[in-house]
Amino acid sequence: MRDYEKSGVLTKKELPHPSKRQLEKGVAILECIQEIPCNPCVDSCPVHAISMKDINAPPINDFNKCIGCTKCVGICPGLAIFVVKVKDRKAWITLPYEFVPVPKVGDIMKAVDRTGTVRGDALVKKVVKSGKTMVITIEVNSSLAMDVRNIRVGP
Amino acid sequence: MRIRDHPIIDFKKRKKLRFCYKKKQLVGEEGDTIASALHAAGVKTLTRSVKYESPRGFFCGIGKCSSCLMRVNGIPNVRTCIAPLKEGICVEMQDKLADLPDAKFYGKPKKMLTVNVLVVGAGPAGLCAAIESATHGATVLIVDENQVVGGQLVKQTHKFFGSMQERAGTRGIDIAKELEQELRKLQNEGKITVMTDSTVIGCYESKKKHRFGVVERYDYKSRLYEVLCDTVILACGAMENMLLFPGNDLPGVYGAGAVQTLMNVYGVKPGDRVLMIGAGNVGLIVAYQLLQAGIKVDRVVEAAPTIGGYHVHAAKLRRCSVPIQTSHSIKEIYGDEKVKGAIIVQLDEHWKPIENTEEDIKCDTICLAVGLTPSTRLLSQIGVELQFIPEAGGYVALHDDSMQTSVKGVYVAGDASGIEEASTAMIEGKIAGLAAAIQLGCTKNKGLLDRYRKELACLRAGPFGEKPRIAKQKIAKLVEAQHA
Repeated sequence: MRDYEKSGVLTKKELPHPSKRQLEKGVAILECIQEIPCNPCVDSCPVHAISMKDINAPPINDFNKCIGCTKCVGICPGLAIFVVKVKDRKAWITLPYEFVPVPKVGDIMKAVDRTGTVRGDALVKKVVKSGKTMVITIEVNSSLAMDVRNIRVGP
Repeated sequence: MRIRDHPIIDFKKRKKLRFCYKKKQLVGEEGDTIASALHAAGVKTLTRSVKYESPRGFFCGIGKCSSCLMRVNGIPNVRTCIAPLKEGICVEMQDKLADLPDAKFYGKPKKMLTVNVLVVGAGPAGLCAAIESATHGATVLIVDENQVVGGQLVKQTHKFFGSMQERAGTRGIDIAKELEQELRKLQNEGKITVMTDSTVIGCYESKKKHRFGVVERYDYKSRLYEVLCDTVILACGAMENMLLFPGNDLPGVYGAGAVQTLMNVYGVKPGDRVLMIGAGNVGLIVAYQLLQAGIKVDRVVEAAPTIGGYHVHAAKLRRCSVPIQTSHSIKEIYGDEKVKGAIIVQLDEHWKPIENTEEDIKCDTICLAVGLTPSTRLLSQIGVELQFIPEAGGYVALHDDSMQTSVKGVYVAGDASGIEEASTAMIEGKIAGLAAAIQLGCTKNKGLLDRYRKELACLRAGPFGEKPRIAKQKIAKLVEAQHA
C-alpha cells in the first residue's frame, strides 16, 4: 500500500522533478499516476509532449518538449494538471478552478497545498475560461512552486 | 435551501408553483419534483415506517425505492421523488398502508404499440442502444420512468474519463444533451418513439413477439399500453445500497446519488453539513460536487484501508481541506425527527471496530456511497437466467458478448448487466442495439460489433477495470458451461 492510497495526497517522491531550466520556461506537472482509462491530455497537447503507452497507462510529460502553454490544465477531467514556472524568487502556478465566486485578476487569495493547508498568499495574475473550468494563474513565492495546488478565499 | 450560484450549472429563475401540504400552502418551482419542492421548503419527513412509525425521508431520489410514497390529489403511493410538481396539487402523508386506490386507468384502456425493439431505460446504455438500433433501420420504442431522458447523466456535472472517441473530457450533463439531440432527431424522422414518465410494468404471455405492459403517467393517474416487440433491451440501471446501523432510516440519510440529483438537477441543498460514507468514485465525486454547491463536507469515511476511487478525485477533495479517513466506518446516526449527528469508529485490519475510537460528528446530512445493486426485477420476471456475481454488484442476467440473455431477443446493457461506469454502459448499449438490429435482419455489420467489443475491452484493461473484467469473465464462463 502506498501512502497516497490512504491519504489522497501525493508526495514529491511520486512526482517527476523538472530541472531548473525547464521550470524557468514553465512546464506541466501531471499529478496523475494511476492507471485509469483516460487520454484527453494527450490530444490536447499542441507539441506532442504528453504521451501514454495505452489508454490505461499514466501520462508522461516530456519536459524538454513541453512549452507550458496550459492547454491541458482546463482539459484534464481529473483536474490533475498544473503548469509551474519559476524565475528568481517568484513562481507562477496555473491551476484548474471550479468554484464560485471566480477570482479576478489582482485579487489576493490564500495559497493552499495538497492537504488544504494555507501556505501563503497568492496573487491572481490571469483567469481564462476553458468550458466551465477556470484556468487560473497565480503568483506565489518560489519556495512554494511544487507545493501550492489550490487557492481559496479567506482564512 | 436553493442553490442560486454554481460554477458548472446555470440555475435559471423558474416559475413559482403553489401547492398544498398539511393544509399549508407551500411554493415550489417549475421543474421540481414533489419531493424536491418539499425539501426546498424544509420538509424532509415524507413517510413513516409501517411497523415502527419512525419518520422517513427519501433515500434513492430516482424512483427506485419506496421511502418517498405520498398521497397526491387523493392518489396514494405516488413516488414523490420523480413525480413532477404541478400548480395547485394537494400533497399528504399517507396513513401507513395506503387505502386501495380507485383502480380506473386514465383514458381508453390498452392502447397497442408494435415495434421491432423496446428499450427499457433512457440512461447512457438505453439511449445508445435505442440510437444504434434505429440508425440501423429498426423501429424503436424507448421508455423511461423520469420526466427527462439521460438517466443519471443529467446530474453528472464532472468531466468524464475515457477515450476522446467516447466523449472523454465532456461533462455527463453535456453528454446527456448530445445523446438527447441524436434521439430527438431520430424521433422527428419517425424512427424512435419516446415515452417518458412511463413504466414497463411486466412481461406477459405471447405466442410470437415479446409482450409488455407499459403505464404512462398523466396527472398522477396511469394510462395503459400493450407493447409488442421482436426484441427488448433492458437498460434499467441500478439502485444505491443501504448500510445497516442504528438510525439509518432517519430523514437526512440519503444515497449519495440522491443528493447529487437533489442539488444538481433540482438546485436544492440537501443540508448544511454532510458526512460522506464511502471513498469510491461516487463518494469522492459527490463530496466534491457538494463543495461546488456551497455545502460543507465534514469528511469522507471509508471502511477499507485504502481509498477505492481514483486518486485524482481524492486529491481534489484534499486540497479543499476535506479529510478522508480510511479504516473508519459509521456506527450510528442520532437525532429524533432528523439527523443531528453521527458516531464513527476506527476499524482494525479485520474490519472490526476498535474500542474507544468513537468520534462524534455534528452534521445534518449523511450520504451513503457504498455501492450499487443492478436493477434486475424485470429481467427476473421475464425469466432470464440470473446469477449472483459479487463483482457485478449482485444478481445479474447471464449474457453473451452481444449482450443477449438466456432468452432469445432479450438483451441487457449498462449497470443492469453489472455495475460499471457510464462510459462502458454507452458501449454496451451500442453493442446490444446493434446486435438486436442484426438479429432482426436490419443490418449485417458485424465488423462494427467487433469494433465496439474491442473498445469495451480497452476501457476495462486497467487495474480499475478489474472488478467488471472478473464479473464479465464469470458471466462468460457460466454461459459457456450452459452451451456445453
